[in-house]
Amino acid sequence: MSADRREWPLYEVFVRGKRGLNHVHVGSLHAPDDTMAVRHARDVYTRRNEGVSIWVVRADAITASSPDEKDPLFAPNGDKVYRHPTFYDIPDNVPHM
Amino acid sequence: MSDEHGGIFDGLIGAESAQWAFGTDFEDPLAGVDTTVPDGVDHTELAEYCLMLGDDALIMSQRLTEWCSRAPDLEEDIALANIALDLLGQARLLLARAAAADPGLLPALPEGSPVPAEDALAFFRDAGQFRNVRLAEVANGDFGHVVVRLLLFSVARLALLERLRASSDTVLAAVAAKGVKEVTYHRDWAARWFLTLAQGTEESCHRVVTALSALWPLQPELVATHPVELSLARAGVGVDPATTRGEVDAVLDQVLAVSGVARPDHPPLEGGGRTGTHTEDFADLLAEMQMVARAHPSGRW
Repeated sequence: MSADRREWPLYEVFVRGKRGLNHVHVGSLHAPDDTMAVRHARDVYTRRNEGVSIWVVRADAITASSPDEKDPLFAPNGDKVYRHPTFYDIPDNVPHM
Repeated sequence: MSDEHGGIFDGLIGAESAQWAFGTDFEDPLAGVDTTVPDGVDHTELAEYCLMLGDDALIMSQRLTEWCSRAPDLEEDIALANIALDLLGQARLLLARAAAADPGLLPALPEGSPVPAEDALAFFRDAGQFRNVRLAEVANGDFGHVVVRLLLFSVARLALLERLRASSDTVLAAVAAKGVKEVTYHRDWAARWFLTLAQGTEESCHRVVTALSALWPLQPELVATHPVELSLARAGVGVDPATTRGEVDAVLDQVLAVSGVARPDHPPLEGGGRTGTHTEDFADLLAEMQMVARAHPSGRW
């Protein structure tokens, strides 16, 4: 493989399903540019009638938390049970809960 | 009705939703469509016309299917397979319509063979009985070749299907309405890749220009008129491809202009697939496509 045969950049794909309320991460793919990434996402991730909307974003544009930071970021919340709304009675007619 | 175009939707439509991860919102393209042939329409002509449009889709689909596992990237591999499947779906409906309009077209099969009518037409006809344009059948080349082939094919087919949506034959109108959405994407895919390759490296540009040069003599056949097309166009059933010529030329000129590629001026290749004249490549394609079905004419698939 010659040196100028560069890899296409990696994109992360988010699809909103027909019954879904928000876009959900479904996977990743390679594409030469943003527009082609949407086309590729359509072909790779919506062939089974899954979606009505697609978002793609360059994977290198995502800033992610590091596994090393797991404890300082998340562990302190492990014992704060009072932050959950479990001490309320939710009326039956409140949707999406 | 559902027997006529196979029971492929039976397990999907209205079935228990829980077994499908994304629901059962599949659509039968012929749902609620009146399948009787309109009064005053010649059944033989309608069948012949459906063969032309159906064979174009079937043979193009077969060539695209050969790309499976051979495309430069996984993403393009799936794109080509998706496009092939769209066209195969169109072929299935059109060949079934041809058989329903003129059962006399059906090749002889052993007594009690379960082979459906559209499969009988696809797998048990000989080359001279196929009505597809030769652009669909010539052997595959490189990736540039399939991009150019699909560009020329889908530009013409989209212009035709857009007009066919107004057909007085409700089945053809429904197939066209479904096809327009599909072929719009095929044309977009092909035009986008044509531009990308033409504006890419010297090598990629050379590839598409070479393919365009090789396939150009087959382009006029897409917009040429067969007597059956003319007759059915007058009856309000079909579309005379010549009426799409202006639009087809305009779209191709636009793609060529933004890509910086000159329009070739090679003369058209003599003869035509619409009258059953095919290329040498076609025999190989049919042999591969039909071999298994012909070895088991009473097989159930």
